Amino acid sequence: MPQMNMVQAINDALRFEMRKDPRVVLMGEDVGKVGGVFRVTQGLFDEFGDDRVIDTPLSEGGIIGTAIGMALYGLVPVPEIQFGDFIFPAYDQIVSELAKYRYRSGGEFSAKLVIRTPVGGGIRGGHYHSQSPEAQFIHVAGLKVVCPATPADAKGLLLASIRDPDPVLFFEPKRVYRAAKGEVPEGDFVVPLGKANVVKQGGDVTLVAWGAMLYEALDAAQKAAEKGIDCEVVDLRTLWPLDIDTIVQSVKKTGRVVVVHEAPKSCGLGSEIVALINEKAFLHLEAPPKRVTGFDTPFPYTLENEYLPLSHRILPAVVETAQY
Amino acid sequence: MSSMSAPKPAATEAPAADALDGSNGASHVGPASRVESLAVGPAVARHPGDTKAADVVKCLRDDSTLDPRTDPGLSSAEVIALYEAMLRTRVLDDRLVALQRQGRIGFHIGSLGEEASIIGSAFALRPQDWLFPCYREFGGALWRGMPLQRYVDNMFGNANDPAKGRQMPDHYCFRQAKVTSISSPIGTQITQAVGFAWAAKLKKDDLAAIVYFGEGATSSNEFHNGLNFAGVFKTPTIFFCRNNGWAISVPTERQTASRTFAEKAVAYGMPGVRVDGNDIFAVIKVTRDAVERAARGEGSTLIEAMTYRLSGHSTSDDPKAYRPDGTVDPWRAQDPMARLRRYLHKHHGWTDARDKELEASLDADLREAIKAAEATAGPSLESMFEDVFAEVPWHLAEQRDELVRGPRAKGHP
Repeated sequence: MPQMNMVQAINDALRFEMRKDPRVVLMGEDVGKVGGVFRVTQGLFDEFGDDRVIDTPLSEGGIIGTAIGMALYGLVPVPEIQFGDFIFPAYDQIVSELAKYRYRSGGEFSAKLVIRTPVGGGIRGGHYHSQSPEAQFIHVAGLKVVCPATPADAKGLLLASIRDPDPVLFFEPKRVYRAAKGEVPEGDFVVPLGKANVVKQGGDVTLVAWGAMLYEALDAAQKAAEKGIDCEVVDLRTLWPLDIDTIVQSVKKTGRVVVVHEAPKSCGLGSEIVALINEKAFLHLEAPPKRVTGFDTPFPYTLENEYLPLSHRILPAVVETAQY
Repeated sequence: MSSMSAPKPAATEAPAADALDGSNGASHVGPASRVESLAVGPAVARHPGDTKAADVVKCLRDDSTLDPRTDPGLSSAEVIALYEAMLRTRVLDDRLVALQRQGRIGFHIGSLGEEASIIGSAFALRPQDWLFPCYREFGGALWRGMPLQRYVDNMFGNANDPAKGRQMPDHYCFRQAKVTSISSPIGTQITQAVGFAWAAKLKKDDLAAIVYFGEGATSSNEFHNGLNFAGVFKTPTIFFCRNNGWAISVPTERQTASRTFAEKAVAYGMPGVRVDGNDIFAVIKVTRDAVERAARGEGSTLIEAMTYRLSGHSTSDDPKAYRPDGTVDPWRAQDPMARLRRYLHKHHGWTDARDKELEASLDADLREAIKAAEATAGPSLESMFEDVFAEVPWHLAEQRDELVRGPRAKGHP
């Protein structure tokens, strides 16, 4: 199996599906000749041409609005929003149109597309190149939200997303675009949506994380092990609809849970996960569920490593939960 | 028109050749021929009835003759069918407002005074063309073959409603007639129509998409996005702006300082054309020209149909609060129905008796549809949770079961 980083794995998935399915088109700012500012689409313009790898005018609302029209026609657009922070001009199209098209037409129409966008901090990007806006999309009925942590999952989840009948927001953790490396199956390879991955088995504390923070959770789990605390680490992979069974099963085993995410704490996905655990596994809990997250501030530039829920902040939460 | 109190429009200074060179319509009003008219001047408070201006395409004259230079050449049967479609729209508007006042439906957003723009442009499309409505275009959807019952079921939000009772009235769709689904946010359908037409172009399919919006939507992001993308990628899109004078209570001059809405096309590298929107022949002419341009691979056209919203914005609006009723009178004199009826009387032997007969028949059809719609139950509780995703996921299944098990709301059907 070839070794790839996440950029290569996503590129491989796009190339595979574009060869297989002529309905798939890529569009966005700089996705064509230059292959994207992160080079995720590199080489695809040369292979598939200007009609399928389209450099668009610089307008996210225009990109998503026209992509929806293309989807209504029967194409499967995979638009790229250059940074998740720049998705908001398209928010109306995503929330009012994309998410509701099947519902509001009684199933007569649907607009199927996959919006790829890099998210998260750790690249010294300040407010506008660092945010993790998953909660703003999860709260909208009708959208699926995916965030891979490994190159293999990036490929398998992207192929599953493109083939899924529902619109998908595919969040790529840019901090580990090149840092995450691993074996990626060649050819057709699907990781089903809605299934979390128990990355590390353990009996004392459940750690739920995704994207770039999975590696911080694993690091904290390793350091906790040195203190005699055995963590189970769950990589959520599909953020919505999430794999509640895997989470509940793990919490029923450990009785203790820490949820980690980069996005601000209040009304973040962690809040929903904790609420669901309270509803479904309350009598199994041995300690209050904890959240280690970004703060309810704009994402800072200089202090980004203080803002991010890195392992040095996760570890004390794990210890506190284990010792409660 | 002379009774209009609006300032004299600058549009009258436009070169007369635009309208009089015999090839009147969208196809020649290209960027080059319009540069002169873009001379910077004071923002002019315009009135959509300024249809006498030289650059405005028109056909049906005050004496009920047709200008041969813009005559779309319709048969007698076609003209009568168009009149019938317009009258059906008007009968619907009248009865649906009454139903809303009686509390039998929740809402209606009508097309009173804009029938020629809506029916004429829908008529000019080819069978393969698609229609992206704003929300006043139910007359166009019916013309394209949407069954009356389907529309009326939508007004009642019952189990047979195409939107399954999930949307307000007048938010219909009908794939079979190539009419897409309606949403309330302003302008969002514009970029979608561009993407749709663009996809057809990429697949080398011969079709165009027409997208409707009011002049208020020209202030929205998606108007700019849509025309910009359409210009860059030369998509076969027809932007049909119903300039009806009002965005709820806000008049045209608060939407733009441009001299006309049509001239905005120039900035996007496409032709823009103004048409007398209350003249169905002229509307058909310019829309056909735009369809032909699209079919020739020449890209998009912006049409500004100069018409007037004779009613309030919707049944929730009282226009007397911002528009003295007397100011509407000049527009009532330009009523597109009355103009076409006079033409029918003069050239096609139309009589008041036939008019009454037709209205009675349309009314009877509608009464039957209303009766059937009212007798149809509301959508099932379970249906609220369907179509959010292709399959009902666990969290929606849980919420559905909770609702079904729980108590019913007051007045549950």
